[in-house]
Amino acid sequence: MTPMVDLAFLLVTFFMLTTKFAPEEAVVVDTPSSTSEIRLPESHVLTVAIDKDKRIFFGVGDDEIKSELLRTVGAKYGVSFTAAQVQAFRGVGASFGTPIEKLPALLNLDSEQRKLVKQDGIPADSLNNQFIEWVVAAQSLSRKQFSTPAYIAIKGDGQADVPTVKKVIKLMQEKNINRFNLITDLETKPVAGN
Amino acid sequence: MAEIQQNSGGGGKGGKKRAKKMSTKIDMTPMVDLAFLLLTFFMLTTTFSKPTVMQVTMPVKPKDETEKSEIKASNAFTVLLGENNKIYYYDGLLSTDTKPELKLSGYDANGIRKELLARKSNPNLVVLIKPDDKSNYKNMVDILDEMNITDQKKYALVDISNADVELIKSSGL
Repeated sequence: MTPMVDLAFLLVTFFMLTTKFAPEEAVVVDTPSSTSEIRLPESHVLTVAIDKDKRIFFGVGDDEIKSELLRTVGAKYGVSFTAAQVQAFRGVGASFGTPIEKLPALLNLDSEQRKLVKQDGIPADSLNNQFIEWVVAAQSLSRKQFSTPAYIAIKGDGQADVPTVKKVIKLMQEKNINRFNLITDLETKPVAGN
Repeated sequence: MAEIQQNSGGGGKGGKKRAKKMSTKIDMTPMVDLAFLLLTFFMLTTTFSKPTVMQVTMPVKPKDETEKSEIKASNAFTVLLGENNKIYYYDGLLSTDTKPELKLSGYDANGIRKELLARKSNPNLVVLIKPDDKSNYKNMVDILDEMNITDQKKYALVDISNADVELIKSSGL
């Protein structure tokens, strides 16, 4: 039995080390299902989440560009961040929905308190379009760091309204981003022709 | 503790011998059980945590109006996504002088999929998907999924026009 147990523990260790737990989401999004079997790439993903209350959330997967991204977008809106806040953004950056002015306050909280905060979404209207700034900054940093543009994943709630989704897509089209990945749940494929 | 005291009282030799007889092997079964449980857990979570995606490529924004491509009415099939999970469709294009006949359909296997498959004979068919402002994101994903299921190559997400909204209203469906 010993060799088997050895192997079992080896595998346990391997899977434990390789598993990356899904980062905590700031918003609950119930994605619709589709028959597409393409899996989301593991790295270089920018997630745009749209919940049913028309709120827009943004998230960066790569830890390498998070601090630089925060400084870039912060500088654009005249918001500066302390080193501790930049450090905290490593956890928050995976999914957040706060206007940049309120971001320092959110970063000052500890992770337990942060869960209780109701984030009101990133502004994306024509007067104050912070959303597209995040996308453009993250995209150019991704190009610089990994020499490849990031994948844009749109994670919409099944009950999210079409105008918000269309607005998000249009904004990105204006910045010449035309390839989108819509995150869905897997559904078994029906046989066509039945 | 009580036992040790007893042994020391009765004579050191006998107690020591009994202790030496104890097997050095321990029962590994619970540990192995746990190991395999963890193994199964990590194996399953790694494969299932990645969500699936549906790839959508939008056309590059034309620089001016002249670059926009026109489609023939005979090759057009318009699908309107309405509120309350309703689907409307019509053949051809809507213009001021021609009013195509609007029909109601649904998202189930016998609904819009049948209509799409029935039109597969036309290789130049372009499906125009127009989601109404009152439809939800699930409807949009569902109709894009139908395009994948029916293997429809040419389709486009288009903004709904006022004429289309009027057509839905006047049809009373």
